[in-house]
Amino acid sequence: MTKQVQQLDRVIIRFAGDSGDGMQLTGDRFTQETAAFGNDLSTLPNFPAEIRAPAGTLPGVSSFQLHFADHDILTPGDAPDVLVAMNPAALKANLGDLPRGADLIVNTDEFSKRNLAKVGYAADPVTDGSLAEYRVHALPLTSMTVTALEGYDISKKDAERAKNMFALGLLSWLYHRPTEGTVGFLERKFAKKPEIMKANIAAFQAGWSYGETTEAFSVQYEVKPAEHDAGLYRNITGNAALSLGIVAAGVQSGLPVYLGSYPITPASDILHELSKHKRFGVRTFQAEDEIAAVGAALGASFGGSLGVTTTSGPGIALKSETIGLAVATELPLLVIDVQRAGPSTGLPTKTEQADLMQAMYGRNGEAPVPVIAPQSPSDCFDAALEAARIAVKYRTPVILLSDGYLANGSEPWKLPDVAALPKIEPNFAAPSEEAFEPFRRDPETLARPWAVPGTPGLEHRIGGLEKADVTGNISYDPANHDTMVRLRQAKVDGIANDVAPLAVDDPSGKARVLVMGWGGTYGAISAAVRRVRAEGRDVAQAHLRHLNPFPANLPEVLRSYDKVVVPEINLGQLSMLLRGRLLIDVIGYNQVRGLPFKSEELQDVIQEVIDSE
Amino acid sequence: MSDTNGNGALNGGGNGSAGGNGRSLLSLVPKTDVKQTMKDFKTDQEVRWCPGCGDYAILAAVQSFLPELGLRRENITFISGIGCSSRFPYYMNTYGFHSIHGRAPAIATGLATSRPDLSVWVVTGDGDSLSIGGNHLIHALRRNVNLKILLFNNRIYGLTKGQYSPTSETGKITKSTPMGSLDAPFNPLSLAIGAEGTFVARTIDSDRKHLQSVLRAAAEHRGTALVEIYQNCNIFNDGAFEPLKDAAVRDDITIRLEDGEPIVFGADRQKALRRTPTGSFEVVNVADVAASEIAVHDASNPDPSMAFALSRLDQPAFEHTPIGIFRNVDRPSYDELMRAQVEEAVETQGAGDLAALLGSGDTWRID
Repeated sequence: MTKQVQQLDRVIIRFAGDSGDGMQLTGDRFTQETAAFGNDLSTLPNFPAEIRAPAGTLPGVSSFQLHFADHDILTPGDAPDVLVAMNPAALKANLGDLPRGADLIVNTDEFSKRNLAKVGYAADPVTDGSLAEYRVHALPLTSMTVTALEGYDISKKDAERAKNMFALGLLSWLYHRPTEGTVGFLERKFAKKPEIMKANIAAFQAGWSYGETTEAFSVQYEVKPAEHDAGLYRNITGNAALSLGIVAAGVQSGLPVYLGSYPITPASDILHELSKHKRFGVRTFQAEDEIAAVGAALGASFGGSLGVTTTSGPGIALKSETIGLAVATELPLLVIDVQRAGPSTGLPTKTEQADLMQAMYGRNGEAPVPVIAPQSPSDCFDAALEAARIAVKYRTPVILLSDGYLANGSEPWKLPDVAALPKIEPNFAAPSEEAFEPFRRDPETLARPWAVPGTPGLEHRIGGLEKADVTGNISYDPANHDTMVRLRQAKVDGIANDVAPLAVDDPSGKARVLVMGWGGTYGAISAAVRRVRAEGRDVAQAHLRHLNPFPANLPEVLRSYDKVVVPEINLGQLSMLLRGRLLIDVIGYNQVRGLPFKSEELQDVIQEVIDSE
Repeated sequence: MSDTNGNGALNGGGNGSAGGNGRSLLSLVPKTDVKQTMKDFKTDQEVRWCPGCGDYAILAAVQSFLPELGLRRENITFISGIGCSSRFPYYMNTYGFHSIHGRAPAIATGLATSRPDLSVWVVTGDGDSLSIGGNHLIHALRRNVNLKILLFNNRIYGLTKGQYSPTSETGKITKSTPMGSLDAPFNPLSLAIGAEGTFVARTIDSDRKHLQSVLRAAAEHRGTALVEIYQNCNIFNDGAFEPLKDAAVRDDITIRLEDGEPIVFGADRQKALRRTPTGSFEVVNVADVAASEIAVHDASNPDPSMAFALSRLDQPAFEHTPIGIFRNVDRPSYDELMRAQVEEAVETQGAGDLAALLGSGDTWRID
């Protein structure tokens, strides 16, 4: 049967089902196929904090959204063009995001009276006409999978579980995806369970064949590969890129990496990933709590390792005293905060940018800490290297603010040329016969010597008590304390001269409005800016990597525009810093829904500001 | 020392000697070729404990003991938390880190597990280690990190001026408990044994010879050594250990544990310990029992029940107080195991290649 092939420039697919339906895996495989095909892409996993919420309920719905295109894209997309709903709960939880006319693939086998009642459907929406405005493909995915797997020596339950592979096969056919990667993946994943492996591959292929032969789909779609720069690519999540960035920082500095960590969503994957890289001399220590995790990292730094700790907001709260100790002892320390929605436990699997103030000021006393933020999943690699560079060069803890969206989202990453990565020079203090002064500073950076145990002649004592300038002896002298507080502040402030100036994207040079964000909102803001420009308006864009200290040219940049819009997924924390530190007013746009911004809504916000000029 | 020519590798294991002390990790710490004296370990800092504090005696004991180990001074590190005892590192001319209340074992864990060439000592007090830092203490013990923890127990909060501590006796009248404290105290040794501690000992600030003999064994121990030091706070809890110091009674109540020896004590060695059918110990007169009924101390016994029963003997208040090494068993330290995994990864997979790592997984090339 020959089918019509329709060209599309971009598609947004959302896979949704029960937590146990394997939607993350399905989405991830479709992503890999799409990456291998050469489309640009961006992904947004969305899952509950519960591992297995009661089956078939709304809290148990897990979804994975993928945006892919024949051109470069910046976000996982605002609204799906296609929704795959594996059960009534998945339909109900996601239908509100589905625009009229979108394709809707539902697994009718799960639309039993009982499952419908669980989520409050009085009648079956698939048959009662309430989905008339969508292109509904009502398919018995489970039973078709079970039928396809007759003859395999597996249980009925295992056969039913393969329905996600059937769905993946169907979608792979529908969008012309290459299949070798998924077959190879299943072969590896189930290498020790050959029957399960064969059955899953068969289900995947059955889904593909079903697409080819059924009349339920008359059209097949094609999205041509995107234009990319030449090079070697891989698809990567923020947490994976961050982990590789930490390994790279170890290699580039020659320092052994020591990770002290305590499991916490959404940061745990960094611990998992780094624990695999022991061949690089990376030590990972799963501590008894967040405090011990950062303590061990700082102890390792004292001993000359690159101490790293990874956590999320609640963990930062617990670590704050030790971060203060790192400020006082002036030792390098990399603190990774993969932000999630708070306060307290909040929404562990949902994203937010509300730890900026905690990173800036969440310690007792005057305890300045450099803060930097990556702007996309792959940028987590560069941000980790930059954070390590600052930590080592300035002998200071550095807080890196990633977030749940960056951590779990993914995008293609052009692999960097390893030979071109920046070197990080530890510059340990050398053995000496002269009296050692542990707080004699480098006149340029104000950094103190890093003298590690084992170095003869440099025996010294550090700690949280205030130290006398230069000698490092305990000092209660009022004037000395004033000096030391100012020196520590000046050291961090001085980093502003050692970071790239803030770049502004203002193609027409005529913009009067600047949009500036920080961290994980880069994609959504950039997509919105494109839309605004496509509508014929001028707008400038900048994105802050360095939150503390601000790049030296920031005041000048902000002052050269009439209005500055600052979108943030918090209630205005960067806005407050800009007003408080620079006396420059900005227009905040703030949401805290646990979700990334939609570029369409940001477009409206920006246009409104421009039009009110 | 049980092993002075070790190559630092994990292989070789414990030697199963009668003392229960397996291979010492001290062999990984560089030795000095100059003769050291106590003076080498003193700093130019003025010692600021109260006059008469037991900490002075402990400091002097440690400073005069360290030359015995013959380690390079720069390879010794003292890490402390917060409290009177935690000022200790400032007075030791080694590397030192005065950290945060309760967190010294955590910070020391990061140092010890990344630097096998260091001798890492933790100095802590009863409040620091058993109250705010209780979690880190028990986890260091169960992991058997290569740390020597000196727990100065004065049964009071000193630096905050006299509140009751987790080792204060129930009913203690202090500034924060005018009607008496309600807390049941911790027994630090029972806690350490319960936390899978491999080396658990007790000594007294005023008995330098005994203190140093325990420090010696602790230094050589493979993994975490917990040494409880009864230390007198003459300002806020003076005389807390008076019975053990009073020449008139001390010999009758102090049980000096000697590994492999019958547990006999008393001014005339007239008393002994016998195990009861329930596993606890009872005090008997040597004259009344057959020699075979007298318990023989066995610190290296893998079964911790005997050490635990011994640790209960000073309850409630110094009727019969054992000092010495209660438990000393051989088990690989966390540091060795962590190092071995890194070495194994390098051996089996080869040293890391960054370009290969970045390019691993599903990649595609665009020309």
